[in-house]
Amino acid sequence: MMDNQIQNADIYTLSPHHRFQWEEAQSSYVILFPEGMVKLHGGAGEVIKRLDGKATVGDVVADLKATFPDAENIEKDIIGMYELALSKTWIRKV
Amino acid sequence: MTQASLGESVVQKTIHATQTQNNGVAASVTQTQPLWLLAEVTYRCPLHCAFCYNPTDYDKHTQNELTTEQWIQALRDARKLGAIQLGISGGEPLLRDDIEDIVVEAKKLGYYSNLITSGVGLTEKRIQAFKDGGLDHIQLSMHDITEEINNFITNTKTFELKKKVAAMIKGHGYPMVLNVVIHRYNIGHMKEILEMADALGAEYIELANTQYYGWSLVNRSQLMPTKEQVDEAERITNEFREKSGSKMKIFFVVPDYFSDRPKKCMNGWGEVFMIVTANGDVLPCHSARVLPNMQFPNVKDTDLGWSWKDSPAFNKYRGDSWMKEPCRTCSEKENDLGGCRCQSFLLTGDAEAADPVCSKSPHHHLIEQAILDSRNPTIAAQPIVFRNDKNSKKIIAGELKDRVDEFHALP
Repeated sequence: MMDNQIQNADIYTLSPHHRFQWEEAQSSYVILFPEGMVKLHGGAGEVIKRLDGKATVGDVVADLKATFPDAENIEKDIIGMYELALSKTWIRKV
Repeated sequence: MTQASLGESVVQKTIHATQTQNNGVAASVTQTQPLWLLAEVTYRCPLHCAFCYNPTDYDKHTQNELTTEQWIQALRDARKLGAIQLGISGGEPLLRDDIEDIVVEAKKLGYYSNLITSGVGLTEKRIQAFKDGGLDHIQLSMHDITEEINNFITNTKTFELKKKVAAMIKGHGYPMVLNVVIHRYNIGHMKEILEMADALGAEYIELANTQYYGWSLVNRSQLMPTKEQVDEAERITNEFREKSGSKMKIFFVVPDYFSDRPKKCMNGWGEVFMIVTANGDVLPCHSARVLPNMQFPNVKDTDLGWSWKDSPAFNKYRGDSWMKEPCRTCSEKENDLGGCRCQSFLLTGDAEAADPVCSKSPHHHLIEQAILDSRNPTIAAQPIVFRNDKNSKKIIAGELKDRVDEFHALP
């Protein structure tokens, strides 16, 4: 279980064979992979967009807080998105 | 073509995740979009699989295939409508020599592209061109762990070739996506099939229990396993899944004949899937042409946007207003939207009837009878009608009547 705990210093990136892109027709970000796709609403896409293989979880949280200063209590949501993405194997730890 | 994408394996979800910004997009996007485009680029095929769901009269459509330019135009038009997952299928798509051009265009347009192949015709040169052109993945059909069953059910000697192609796919850094259609002849080898997939380094495997359309409907009594075999196969799959963890994703496509509720066919008629066939017909599902009194649009003479949004054919079974009893007032109708229109028509003669798979259907006895027939030694001993040009011509000419007469359209 420890493996799935998201730590501030961890760095994540998109899993191999997964693609993240903006879809104009749906006005949303999507993740594409063999046999499937997921559509990411607003904030979820903002998290995945920041996974460049260099930014730590802490960096992503700080950046999102700075970008969306009015959003309340977003750290919990961001970690939640990491956990979801990891459990679905959309992302992997670098 | 394999039975990969008949509906169950579709993963298309909307994730309502964090609220880190309040641009509020898309929470109310309900307008349908053809997210999945299946390009059945040819019905020609070097394999002769008994379970193929291509139409039995496919021979009519082998001389009037779309040109490269027409395919490229279709790809562009579908992308504008929102299509994003592209399956390049057939028949065997590699029998066309322009798949490289189609792949390049798909990449340029931003599709996530998938070549669905038997592996026959895949060479080092071609796979390198696909890699360079930006093809995202390749789905390879496998049939069994034994040469005997592979060669029997495909009616070809392709066992060794498939192993070579699997290695080639892996060697080029592609994810290994295997599709195995399950039937009476290989269902007893489930554990070995899973072990083979694991040994090949597969990331994904689809165990697609045969669904009965096209050639597989003609061969239904010869292919159908028993309920006990299906249960055992599912048990082995679950056991394997637990042991192997998340390394290999396993999709077990449940055989609808042994369920008491139908599948939500194609995830709903005209909801997310659009199929363009070899000759350019635009369909909401693979076998829609069996339905009576329907005029399906064709890319040669109508715009894809009109086909998807406005054509009478695509609107006919959207939503649930077309439903009759028992579906109309059924509390579960949203779960399956009444099942499959083609299966209803083929088996009951009424496209608007509840899918006979449903235990609430007044025609459910037809499914029970089909299961009994498959266990009847005399019926099951009839020879398999393999999918090939000769048999297709025979069926078009009205021969083999005894094998298709019980159905309300040519499968």
